[in-house]
Amino acid sequence: MLEIRLHGRGGQGAVTAAELLAVSAAEGGKMTQSFPFFGVERTGAPVQAFCRIDDKPIRVHQNVYEPDVVMVLDASLLPVVDVCSGLKKGGIVIVNTKKKKEELGLKADKVFTVDASKVAEQYLGRRDRVNTVMLGAFAKVTGLVPMDALKKAISHRFKGDVAEKNIKAIEECYNSTC
Amino acid sequence: MARKTVEGSFAVAEAVKNCEPDVAACYPITPSTHVAEELASFYANGEIKAYIATEAELSSMSACIGASAAGSRTVTVTSSQGMALMHEAVYNAAGMRLPIVMIVGNRSLSAPLNIWNDWQDSVTERDSGWIQIYCENGQEATDAVPQAFKIAEAVSLPVMVCFDGFYITHAVEPIDVPSLEEVKKFLPPFRPAVKLDPKNPMSMGEYAFPAHYQLFRDDLQKDMVASEKKVKEIHDEYAKMFGRSYGSGVLEEYRSQDAESVLVSMGSVCGNAKEAVDQLRAKGEKVGLVRLRLLRPFPYAAVAKALEGKKIVGVFEKSYSLGALPPLYGEVLAAAADLKSRPVISSFVGGLGGKDVTVGNVLELYGKMKQGKKLVEWV
Repeated sequence: MLEIRLHGRGGQGAVTAAELLAVSAAEGGKMTQSFPFFGVERTGAPVQAFCRIDDKPIRVHQNVYEPDVVMVLDASLLPVVDVCSGLKKGGIVIVNTKKKKEELGLKADKVFTVDASKVAEQYLGRRDRVNTVMLGAFAKVTGLVPMDALKKAISHRFKGDVAEKNIKAIEECYNSTC
Repeated sequence: MARKTVEGSFAVAEAVKNCEPDVAACYPITPSTHVAEELASFYANGEIKAYIATEAELSSMSACIGASAAGSRTVTVTSSQGMALMHEAVYNAAGMRLPIVMIVGNRSLSAPLNIWNDWQDSVTERDSGWIQIYCENGQEATDAVPQAFKIAEAVSLPVMVCFDGFYITHAVEPIDVPSLEEVKKFLPPFRPAVKLDPKNPMSMGEYAFPAHYQLFRDDLQKDMVASEKKVKEIHDEYAKMFGRSYGSGVLEEYRSQDAESVLVSMGSVCGNAKEAVDQLRAKGEKVGLVRLRLLRPFPYAAVAKALEGKKIVGVFEKSYSLGALPPLYGEVLAAAADLKSRPVISSFVGGLGGKDVTVGNVLELYGKMKQGKKLVEWV
């Protein structure tokens, strides 16, 4: 079973991102689960969301403590939250930041960065709408969710113009993650 | 039937819609779930007949009582403080024998203020005369909805479908939601024997003098006890039609038949317990799980049978009764009282206010139980 933990701030859509990940993985034939952990329910407060992907039905219902993949939607959380807590050996961390991975000082084997805020601003008109965008980075880095499934999940969730813009942003993010 | 990857609340709301309720009356107090919100949007789209947005939960239950007494298939949704606020009318619904279905996203009670999961809200209402079904996951909660309406209408008693707040209400999982056409085949239209009707005026929920009040309560008790059989029958019927079953409908025995040490619990934590059982079984330990699905009426005989011959039993619950034994523990003790060789029965209370109870925690419980001593502990 693969476990993913997302760190974001209230309003950035970490919960929706976890759900879209679950829906995309299900589109790709996997068994999935996602759920949020809210702290105080207000804009800007640290939020966690979880996603599990497996080949067999998922029975456990608990927070993710030993993730295989961590996604950080907001780099300002790095000094506040230990995002690498419990990360499995060989685990992956994907951070939305302008900085280079070496500058982040994260204790993880595999760190990837992408300027998702810039992509979000360019395609969606708002720097804080990074949740869907970051899924492009996840698809590229992990190879666990096919882009087609991701696009399908986006089209289920959003309509017309909004879906199209999100898909373009995801593609851009897919290409610019390093 | 369509498999969807959706939040438990949405799947449950859709199942409610497909049962074609005549009236939904809700007040989405904080903390609430998406079920009420979704029902309101179904109403806005013309997909359910009536949705009453009440001004508080006591009004929700009161509206349900009026609607149900007038012969409507009726549903409400609540959690936590909202449920506590309903209390007075909850007793009325049962006493008036109204087959209302209540969807409960289980959450803790104040104080301190807390929005997370435990079972204190609905367990507190266990003596109200409502049948209570506790579900392990989103699929079971979804499947329990058509069963709940059918049970309620068959025995003229209200039914609660309880599922864990956050762990299930907010979890997105693959869920098969039975369609409107499929539910139609399972659930016949609601045709109450008596109802409020201007053409045939009558009073319901009347005044009862001391000579009569107790007779009504006695009838209620007898019918509650008898309803266990119906819960089982309707579960089996559903299983046959939809291909999904949950133990006997009353409780589920997971690898417990040949076990020496058994944990008894309810709700979503049982998924974690099943994982723990499999891990311990792989090491050769004879452990198992008995998951209760029905808390009211309490299936004493079924629990006794499931625990017969066991050496060690632990009861884990996210509920307690201040100043007394934890509720589930007390019931299990009573159920096991007449067994020829009584197991050592320990009590574990935990997961209150959303305190995460992990597979690791359950493994620790089995480890503690192995000592064979009676324990009363917090997890």
